[in-house]
Amino acid sequence: MCRLVAITSDKYFSPMENVLALETMKEGHDGSGMGLVLKNLGGEFENLKEFPVLSAICSKDGMNALDSYMDRQGFKPIHTWTPKIKPVKGVQARDYYFARVYDYPPAIKDSPKEEKEGLLLKTRVALRAMGEADESIIVFSFYPDVLSLKEVGDPLELSEFFSLHDAPLKAKIIFAQGRQNTNYAINLYACHPFFIQGYFSMTNGENTAFVPIREYLTSRGNPGYIGYNSDSEVFTHILHYICRDLAYPLTYYKDVITPLKDSEINNRTDRDAVRLLKMSLRPLCIDGPNCVIGAAPDGATFMVQDSKKLRPGVVGGVKGQYGLMSEECGLDSAIPERDKSKDIFPMKYDMVIISPDAGEVKVWNQLHG
Amino acid sequence: MEPASRLDQNHELTFREFPYIILWREDRCMRCGKCTAVCPVKAIEPAVSLQRLVKSEDSVPAPSLVRSITHVVKQVTDIERYCTGCGTCTLVCPTAAIMPEYNPFNKFLFYKNRGGEPYRRGGRRNDPSASTLDKLKFTRISMLTDPALDAGRHEFYIRTLLGRIPPADKLPVKAADGRLIVDKGEFIPPVREIYPIMIGSMSVGALSPPMWEGLAMGVAYLNEAEGLPVVMCSGEGGMPPRLLKSRFLKYFILQIASGYFGWDEIIHALPHMKEDPCAIEIKYGQGAKPGDGGLLMSYKVLKLIAEIRGVPKYVDLASPPTHQTKYSIEESVAKMIQSMSMAWGFRVPVYPKISGTKTAQAVLNNLARNPYAAGLYIDGEDGGTGAAYNVSMDKMGHPIASNLRDCYLDLVKQGKQNELPLIAAGGVGKTGNLAANTAALIMLGASAAAMGKYIMQAAAECFGDEYNRCSLCNTGRCPRGITTQDPKLYRRLDPDKVAERVVEVFKSADIELRKIFAPMGRSTQLPIGMSDGLSVGDKEIAERLKIDYAC
Repeated sequence: MCRLVAITSDKYFSPMENVLALETMKEGHDGSGMGLVLKNLGGEFENLKEFPVLSAICSKDGMNALDSYMDRQGFKPIHTWTPKIKPVKGVQARDYYFARVYDYPPAIKDSPKEEKEGLLLKTRVALRAMGEADESIIVFSFYPDVLSLKEVGDPLELSEFFSLHDAPLKAKIIFAQGRQNTNYAINLYACHPFFIQGYFSMTNGENTAFVPIREYLTSRGNPGYIGYNSDSEVFTHILHYICRDLAYPLTYYKDVITPLKDSEINNRTDRDAVRLLKMSLRPLCIDGPNCVIGAAPDGATFMVQDSKKLRPGVVGGVKGQYGLMSEECGLDSAIPERDKSKDIFPMKYDMVIISPDAGEVKVWNQLHG
Repeated sequence: MEPASRLDQNHELTFREFPYIILWREDRCMRCGKCTAVCPVKAIEPAVSLQRLVKSEDSVPAPSLVRSITHVVKQVTDIERYCTGCGTCTLVCPTAAIMPEYNPFNKFLFYKNRGGEPYRRGGRRNDPSASTLDKLKFTRISMLTDPALDAGRHEFYIRTLLGRIPPADKLPVKAADGRLIVDKGEFIPPVREIYPIMIGSMSVGALSPPMWEGLAMGVAYLNEAEGLPVVMCSGEGGMPPRLLKSRFLKYFILQIASGYFGWDEIIHALPHMKEDPCAIEIKYGQGAKPGDGGLLMSYKVLKLIAEIRGVPKYVDLASPPTHQTKYSIEESVAKMIQSMSMAWGFRVPVYPKISGTKTAQAVLNNLARNPYAAGLYIDGEDGGTGAAYNVSMDKMGHPIASNLRDCYLDLVKQGKQNELPLIAAGGVGKTGNLAANTAALIMLGASAAAMGKYIMQAAAECFGDEYNRCSLCNTGRCPRGITTQDPKLYRRLDPDKVAERVVEVFKSADIELRKIFAPMGRSTQLPIGMSDGLSVGDKEIAERLKIDYAC
């Protein structure tokens, strides 16, 4: 089962904290890869928050193709971060790893946010399509203030490979997943956390409803609903569909993926709406043992799970820094100074939501709405 | 000169041409006559025969010839009275002296068209080969990656939705203060939550009173005592008026077919209805005879049936192949759905039933655009009806598996897979695998499966099978009393026993469905369209249905 480490804080911190927490949970992942997504970036990105960051891996040819495509679209690069690659045994280095900050094309500079986000999505999807066949371009995210880094290998070795310990890379929200590659051939696009337009999430468990959910999402007509190299990529897209396309408040994500029984719905004050949602979004019910840790564009992070998840994740921390993890030992490593008795193990009706800047932890109970 | 045929019986058929040959044991038979009395087709009759016996009664062999007259049970060679192999004779024989045996070399179809009347065989397709549904296996089993579910102990919720479901982006909800509220003024189509196995349309009239009553009682019991919301369809011809006005009506789907039989009673009962029916089914076609109309034979139209249907007694009740007052499918579907919805104040789901055919997708697309259409019921070629001609059953129609799959994938393409439920029928449980066939159809994209023959066979211990056994459903002489209006025959059937069996069938199917869904990790939602759960050991089927090939 994959190991998941999400940390949200009011101060900038290094992804090494996530990597070390993953290391304590080592038994759970097989070292077949690590995914990192950083949000609310610090360091050299701190003053570039309104500009989109393209996180990608390219071969030499891919790099040329990417540059000329971005140039044609009118995106001007204003800053590039590349990890200092240290050769590590067992990790096959690719030509270019980078996160590049772009200025918007002049034509769209003053357009509303939605339009800009649409263009970013379209560009990311186009780049992905360009390099998909020969893996010359692998692109994870293209969005302001978000950076992704993924590679095949053991998390600790990868942190050495990317020199994360002495990199000035810092952020206020960092998600990391140590992969347990059980279902599919190793593919970087199958590596969590998955990202779309400011929403990202990572999961462990088994998604038995993958095919119907994928079919439902892909038939929504959103150009970003593609990929699905992993059976849990759909969870991120459901989040995006619910909160962005349908504009429902975040808590309804829980109502959609793990709907209440009819008898339970009657206790809710918004029962009429919940009942309609359950019917109408029936294909998005996850119906399997899954724990989902996710983040919304405003910086809120959350954890939910299906009732069949026998070992729940854990949320705990101190004011200003909270961890959402798949195992308690990871939390001990990341935030040892917390009051352990206040740790939250969300059960089947719970959705733990941490407000932006790790200010407040709320356990929202689905039964009571 | 006298033709030889008149002299040497050359015009008669031999037993070898017949589908069943009676094995009668003279030594066991006590000549009680029960077998000949119960034979529904009079294929056997008591006869006398002159026998030539060689006897020897002395201490030394002294054979002498004795000629004696004995009583025998004789099978007739009249093709109109062929033995159907039902085995009623075997059932009543006190000495196990008689049994029909299937004759695989029969040439029955060459001769069974006397009077210029093509053969009908009671709605049985008589194709004993495994159907596509029976070939499908469930191969996505959760065992290692996460704890699998326990079919016996885990909580399951096996229900489906019947009715049109508005898409999420059209729901009349809006967010206010972090919660969603519903705009009550908007029309939200009616939706029913039902059990995913339905009892398909079989009319009062086609079925005997105890059979129909038994089914209805079983369904009511399942709903009220067992908590399984099983529903059944009335079939064309209406329902007993008392039932229409009872609180049980909610467990029934009323069918309106092209003959409109029984609708007079239904419309008159409307103001007195305590409950809305579960749904209204508009029949355009059926699996056994696509493009053909319905028929209730005159000898089944007794007093009760005539009264319910509002027709004279003892006349053939033929429903035309199409709804004759409607000009086109678009008009037909739109107008009928609209008017039926209106009759019940838009509180009842209304959907059409069609035969599995290549045009099913055209109908589906039409319905997908009709906001009042509540679903589409497709009946594949294995579906039955007693009145179907042999040629229709053998040569017409489309197997349900690929027809349903095409329709479902069409809905997926349009993003409407959750909006319009598909009900699949035709051969569900044909070889006894009711739950497995249902689960396979659900994973191919159906919201529910309907069955008719299976429940008749299981609940009333029907004799018929796919080797042309019995198949008397259309003749009104059903030896079990299932499809007959002859009191002498239907008295054999106890409605309470039928109801009991209906309940048993559904309870065990429910356990079987759990046994299938649990290892696939599904317990709270029906795995509609979960095609990665299915595999088949036939490459061409796999390709056609877009599922895995596993051998």
